Amino acid sequence: MEFQFQFDWQAAINAIPYLLKGVPYTLLISFGGLAIGFVLGIIFGLLSINKKWFLRWPATAYIEIFRGTPILVQVLFIFYGLPDLVGGPIDPLTAGIAAIALNSGAYISEVVRGGVQSIDKGQTEAGLSLGLSRSQTFWSVVWPQAFRRMIPPLGNQAIVSIKDTSLFSVIGVGELVRQGQVYIANTFTAFEVYFVVAIMYLAITLSLSLVLRLIERRGLASV
Amino acid sequence: MTQIVQMQGMNKYFGTLHVLKEIDLTVEAGEVVVVIGASGSGKSTLIRCVNGLEEFESGKLVVDGNELAPKSGNPKALAEIRKEVGMVFQQFNLFPHLTVKKNIMLAPRKVKDAPETIANATAERLLNRVGIGSQADKFPSQLSGGQQQRVAIARALAMEPRLMLFDEPTSALDPEMIGEVLDVMRELAKEGMTMMVVTHEMGFAREVADRVIYIHEGQIVEEGKPADVFDNPQNERTQAFLSRVLAH
Repeated sequence: MEFQFQFDWQAAINAIPYLLKGVPYTLLISFGGLAIGFVLGIIFGLLSINKKWFLRWPATAYIEIFRGTPILVQVLFIFYGLPDLVGGPIDPLTAGIAAIALNSGAYISEVVRGGVQSIDKGQTEAGLSLGLSRSQTFWSVVWPQAFRRMIPPLGNQAIVSIKDTSLFSVIGVGELVRQGQVYIANTFTAFEVYFVVAIMYLAITLSLSLVLRLIERRGLASV
Repeated sequence: MTQIVQMQGMNKYFGTLHVLKEIDLTVEAGEVVVVIGASGSGKSTLIRCVNGLEEFESGKLVVDGNELAPKSGNPKALAEIRKEVGMVFQQFNLFPHLTVKKNIMLAPRKVKDAPETIANATAERLLNRVGIGSQADKFPSQLSGGQQQRVAIARALAMEPRLMLFDEPTSALDPEMIGEVLDVMRELAKEGMTMMVVTHEMGFAREVADRVIYIHEGQIVEEGKPADVFDNPQNERTQAFLSRVLAH
């Protein structure tokens, strides 16, 4: 018996409209989560370099816990575990956004810490010597320079988080992978469908890379 | 005369290292005091204490009527002092993300709430004064070292300081750029600015200083008029230091 496999272009094209329904969820979870994660990252990143131990320690604990455990376990914990604690079900979309927020927040904290610590302390001394307060010195002298250095690692984290949302098919959010799985269950065209799913992720991440590169180029021109 | 800086029995430690020992020093308004000494002698630390970039452990430090407590114990006085004392650093420490003009405008805008137009006019006037009016819209990285240091001086002057601190302002410069920075400092001294200068430029010290202070291992071992200190040093450690730096 001869085995022949042919890529069924028609099946791939037929799947596109159904798969596209997952894209808004993927984007919503990714960018919603990243937006909150960015805020968490600034807060905990700055706390993690604070001189006061009672601010530094909790921030460090948060970062280590969420960097040191798998995001799949985190989202399962939030979706299946937390309802026992809060006494009611948690919507899968909310659980997904929360998982991305908490997970990326931990990594972004480290990006913030690294960015801020990379700025020469002479910059702070110059600001202080001019009479600026500590917070004025930080926000108008150190932060703008640190932020510029944070753009490439932030872009990196955004791409990682976008791909991480694919894991949330396990809690039943209708994102890209989930849409693919449901479609395959009816058509048995796994090869074609996952191929299209992969292309769609690539389209999202490549667009993001392009935007980041433009921002970086504009930012670096003025240093 | 008015005393701008007054130090009495000041001590400073880095861990167990005693870097400033029982410093007694006063600087009068309009005076130019040059601090000399070997590297590691504590001369930079001494002037960094004046605007609180370094804390001291014991003793008294009064700057223009504001008394700093040991261990940065008086934040109000410290804030006042930093508004009134300008500082120029060895590495310039210009803000690389801001244009030359914005570097100068930042402190007047943020600290004194100066209106944009006034801060702008001040910046332009100061840039002309230090001879780089045409570079206002460039970024620091586009300027030579000497130009950057002159911007740094203009930036400090924008706060209309009562005292200027110079921490080895020419040590990071190529030799051909040292002159242009010293010229600006010389002008400033002539106009009556009170200055404390840490430098290895002995020619400048001899010409511009009203008083030269020699520091050795955290102690003031000799002080006097430049002619006396350079030509007739009393302390043998001053003699040894000067014979090493003046030999070439």
